[in-house]
Amino acid sequence: MLDADFFRRWMTATAASVDREAERLTALDSPIGDADHGSNLQRGFTAVAATLEKEAPDTPGAVLTLAGRQLISTVGGASGPLYGTLLRRTGKALGDAGEVGEEQLAEALRAGVEAVMTLGGAAPGDKTMIDTLVPAVDALGTGFAAARTAAEQGALATTPLQARKGRASYLGERSIGHQDPGATSAALLIAALAEAAGE
Amino acid sequence: MSDGKLVGIVLVSHSAEVAASVAELAKGLAGGGAEVPVAAAGGTEGGGLGTSAELIAGAAAAVDRGAGIAVLVDLGSAVLTVKALLAEGDELPEGTRLVDAPFVEGAVAAVVTAATGADLAAVEAAAAEAYSYRKV
Repeated sequence: MLDADFFRRWMTATAASVDREAERLTALDSPIGDADHGSNLQRGFTAVAATLEKEAPDTPGAVLTLAGRQLISTVGGASGPLYGTLLRRTGKALGDAGEVGEEQLAEALRAGVEAVMTLGGAAPGDKTMIDTLVPAVDALGTGFAAARTAAEQGALATTPLQARKGRASYLGERSIGHQDPGATSAALLIAALAEAAGE
Repeated sequence: MSDGKLVGIVLVSHSAEVAASVAELAKGLAGGGAEVPVAAAGGTEGGGLGTSAELIAGAAAAVDRGAGIAVLVDLGSAVLTVKALLAEGDELPEGTRLVDAPFVEGAVAAVVTAATGADLAAVEAAAAEAYSYRKV
């Protein structure tokens, strides 16, 4: 079973990973975006880690809804409401249970991903974070390590795609050949989930 | 007319200057629209380009007269942030609505209409109708 401490570890590991990879995310965002993805997410997850330390919510759902709220208010770019909605909706789906099972987490995360698709209007193949999250959630049924592998493959698979959402979509065919920064940061989030599980 | 209260207008842009200028333009063109509560929520809190949930929530609270609030937005994260705040349920005053309209033209139409004492639905319709005005 996964308790609030597990979810705090997940968020802390994500913050550390985004911190390490911020420059790479921004470099990926520079040819097809506005070169702020790394710094925006770094600001957001730093605030998440600080808030969770201060408020220490005691259920998995509360950890994720608080983290999501922080992202919406601090990021400043589109990744704020998108990641914020992902975590909040996942947290709400977990309810107020003190511990949740892996299957429950997979279901809740699927609800979170669907909320992101509704908010941003993106579908698989649009060269967004959805291309990472959908295969990751599908693989989560077979374990955290499988989800991480699926997420990483999903992020890599955005390279040959043409962007159909966000600023990158204005570039049309010129967006082809670049790995999507949002899909890449989503892979960091899923890798941190595996890390929190010790895998 | 809704109890003599005017609909509030919030203008959300990635740029503080764009939001403030469009607010000024809309009020100027509205004539009697000087009375309409219009607030700009542009850029990030640090003064950079982007969207701030805090500035949006603050602007909405500032223009709330109890007759509803029409929020007009420009691009990407402005749209997503307002939608996310509305989904939260308790972040924006009751009767706050994201209006699907062109930013500048919609803002002018919204302020002019709100100045007549029209209700939120009429303000929203006027702003949305700005899409149908073709320039060529």
